[in-house]
Amino acid sequence: MKLNERSVAHYATCDSPADHAGFLRKRVERHHHHAHHHGTSYQRRWFVLKGNLLFYFEEQESREPMGLVVLEGCTVELCEAAEEFAFAIRFDDAGAKAYVLVADGQAAMEAWVKALSRASFDYMRLVVRELEKQLEEACKSLAACRKSPRKSSSSGRKRHLSNPALLPLQEKPTTMENGYSTWGSGGCVAGGATCTDYDGGQTKPPPLPPRRRSAAGSTTGSPAPGLSPAMLESPVSPETICFSKLHNWYGQEIAVLRREWQERQKRGHP
Amino acid sequence: VLKKRLVKLVVNFLFYFRTDEAEPIGALLLERCRITKEEENVFSISFIEEPERKYCFECATEEQCQEWVEALKRASYEFLRRSLIFYRNEIQKMTGKDPLEQYGISEEARFQLGAHGQ
Repeated sequence: MKLNERSVAHYATCDSPADHAGFLRKRVERHHHHAHHHGTSYQRRWFVLKGNLLFYFEEQESREPMGLVVLEGCTVELCEAAEEFAFAIRFDDAGAKAYVLVADGQAAMEAWVKALSRASFDYMRLVVRELEKQLEEACKSLAACRKSPRKSSSSGRKRHLSNPALLPLQEKPTTMENGYSTWGSGGCVAGGATCTDYDGGQTKPPPLPPRRRSAAGSTTGSPAPGLSPAMLESPVSPETICFSKLHNWYGQEIAVLRREWQERQKRGHP
Repeated sequence: VLKKRLVKLVVNFLFYFRTDEAEPIGALLLERCRITKEEENVFSISFIEEPERKYCFECATEEQCQEWVEALKRASYEFLRRSLIFYRNEIQKMTGKDPLEQYGISEEARFQLGAHGQ
């Protein structure tokens, strides 16, 4: 499977700050035991977490990553291992391999587990949607200039957060059409039924993330050339197979890929 | 030469498939990229470190093309992070409260204003 590996490697090594980094010892659990290891052997690698991507490098100074784990549709759990301070990244996709990682100490392990379990894109999207709702509610109370009863559903929200499957697809709130190119530093203009727009100048906010939509048509029978876009409801299986492929791709003998890459670089490949 | 592909946007990856196959033949990680509307029905994706190399996509209609451009512009994890920081800041200004406290993530460096070039 092809990947824009150069961009991926660039993202891994560029100076944008990592969300977490450190040495971990790594073992990979596959279905088939690889006999060239005597018992369980771990390899010490330099791990860098950026967004929902966990990269690992042979050394801290290595200029390109050896591997990549996409942290979607996975759980991060402490695991029963002979090693102390071990935890595992396991995927919903039954065919995917699990990664068993060993930290240097209790604090390091806890920090990694915390960082990794909140690293998914899905989690971020959930939090952003909650904040969108909260901002809309805050705006409505201000604009209406009246004391409305607070809908106290914080426990509901927490439940949503811990089990994303419960979160229903939401209707797009009309007051948030086209996002917040409206919110400057002043917030809502009081007295209006809805918050009025004004250009906030420098602090131009990012527009809203798109609502998830059901797959819009398939290619079967479509006579039109070009794309048939299909936005997916959830990145978890069957699409997790896409990420398994990514992991497998990156988990291959990197030496081969690296060699090819270096040869292309030498030939002046743009 | 343009080849017909099924294209799926899954979180910050764009997977593409031959139309009759279940497994993708390739993927693009959508971080540090630029989405450009090209001529009619066409958009392109290019990456910061190699701006002259464009991955071009032709859609069936102009409307579809606009949908893709909008969706892809918001597809990166970094975009989501900026949105989160923005909303958090706005809510804090309006209500005086930090909305991330209830999630126990208010102290995380990745959500601070000023993080990641925000």
